[in-house]
Amino acid sequence: MFQVRIHGRGGQGVVTAAEMLSIAAFEEGRHAQAFPSFGSERMGAPVVAFCRIANREIRLREPIMEPDALIIQDPTLLHQVDVFAGLKKGGYILINTNKSFEELGLGDFIRDWPHERLCTVAATDLSKKHVGRPMPNVPLLGGFAAIAGVIKLESVIMAINSRFSGKVAAGNIAGATEAYDIVRAETEEARKEAAHA
Amino acid sequence: MLKQCEGSHAVAEAVALCRPEVICAYPISPQTHIVEGLGEMCKSGELADCEFINVESEFAAMSVAIGSSAAGARTYTATASQGLLFMVEAVYNASGLGLPIVMTVANRAIGAPINIWNDHSDSLSQRDCGWIQLFAETNQEALDLHIQAFKLAEELSLPVMVCMDGFILTHAYERVDMPTQEQVDAFLPPYEPRQVLDPAEPVSIGAMVGPEAFMEVRYLAHAKQMQALERIPQMAEEFQKVFGRKIGGLTHTYRGEDAETMVVAMGSVLGTIKDVVDEMRDAGHKVGVLGITSFRPFPLDAIREALKGCKRFVILEKSLAVGIGGIVATNVRLAVTGLGLKGYTVVAGLGGRAITKKSLHALFIRAARNELGPLTFLDLDWEVINRQLERERLTRRSGPAAESMLRDLGTVASKIA
Repeated sequence: MFQVRIHGRGGQGVVTAAEMLSIAAFEEGRHAQAFPSFGSERMGAPVVAFCRIANREIRLREPIMEPDALIIQDPTLLHQVDVFAGLKKGGYILINTNKSFEELGLGDFIRDWPHERLCTVAATDLSKKHVGRPMPNVPLLGGFAAIAGVIKLESVIMAINSRFSGKVAAGNIAGATEAYDIVRAETEEARKEAAHA
Repeated sequence: MLKQCEGSHAVAEAVALCRPEVICAYPISPQTHIVEGLGEMCKSGELADCEFINVESEFAAMSVAIGSSAAGARTYTATASQGLLFMVEAVYNASGLGLPIVMTVANRAIGAPINIWNDHSDSLSQRDCGWIQLFAETNQEALDLHIQAFKLAEELSLPVMVCMDGFILTHAYERVDMPTQEQVDAFLPPYEPRQVLDPAEPVSIGAMVGPEAFMEVRYLAHAKQMQALERIPQMAEEFQKVFGRKIGGLTHTYRGEDAETMVVAMGSVLGTIKDVVDEMRDAGHKVGVLGITSFRPFPLDAIREALKGCKRFVILEKSLAVGIGGIVATNVRLAVTGLGLKGYTVVAGLGGRAITKKSLHALFIRAARNELGPLTFLDLDWEVINRQLERERLTRRSGPAAESMLRDLGTVASKIA
């Protein structure tokens, strides 16, 4: 079972992201369970949503306390919430930012981490460019498809089409695809560096 | 057809497939998405020949449901928590009058202190109201139980509550197999009321009944629930024939063979419990699970049969009968009277407290060693309680307890679990 925890703020589509991730996994014939952390759904307040993906029925109903991957939709949360709580050693981290991990002050935290599992992508900029609104959730799903290899970009696109239509769908597909390309280039670069080291 | 959707959406679609004629509801979390979904289907015409009535309160919702059901319409509503409490007088009337209303209760705690999260306090507070109460473990079961609920309700002329864990199920996206209209039509015949308000053939419903017949009328309500005890397992079989799934019934056991310790529970927590039991079985512990689907009528015989082979049982329940302990536990203990089993009541998950595998694992190990007390509160923060008790001992005007305890804990909104 692969467990993803998504952190963001109310209004950034955190819950929608988890739901769409579960739809993407479902489209690949897998079992998936998405659910929000309940109660704090206020604009701007820290919000967490969860998604489990597995090849058999998922019965577990506890919150995800030891995620395999983290998607952080808002880097300002790093100073407010222990977003890394329980993250498995060497787990995937995808952050929506135009800064590097070092610039975010995470240099020490990720020192021993496999670098191809750490990625940043300016998803808010991508969504403004393609959708015209600061909604980083969908581009980050494209990035997630590239970093973790758990779901395909095509499945994310199917999930986008199941949720949106017309211009919004097209914009989100463009944003997710660009994020996918950026993150794939970053992780390939990191792999090459690791191979040379 | 397999689809990945929210639990509330799955239930709304299932209810629509049952061809309700009147839906009346007042919004309250975590039930709201269900009736919103149905409202949209009524408006778009996808759900034809159905009137969606917006009401001013939950009391009005149940009162309208009573009126429409008495007029012969297949009637549905949904509520939760304080909403259920607010409609209670009418809830008793619906069952007393024998009106087959189906209502979803998206289970949520009851205040004060105000809390919107899940536990079973709301529907269990109505355990004696005369409604049938079915508890769903998964979203698949929730949607299927609604289809069975209409048939059961109308056959027996009794209202049915389908209880599903608020948020944990209602707001979870997971895979469900949505039946076709043909399947539902094959299973659920059109509603043929036993009594109907019809100007062409006037009758009165809800007469005053004095001491000469009140007990007999009440006994009839009990007799109908005993009929339900017979019908519920049969209905699960009939359902399986049409839909190909084994859903419903009174109780379910899981890995109960040769179990020395049986864990008894209701609702979605059964999934987490089963995962823990699998791990414990792998480690050689003889543990099994008994899930209760039908809480009313309460299946005394089925539970006695399921537990008679074990040495001890743990009842894990999301409810608290303040002043005595468990609600489900009191019922289960009655079922095993005289068997000489050790019974442990565990109150867990109140007000949305996460019930984790880790805590359950430790709990079941302690139970297997007979180290549990008769009543345990899972993952209780004793430090917070002791500080408050100490505050109350030292100061007469100690102030509001809940607010003081929250202050002791500091900010919790940013914690993950």
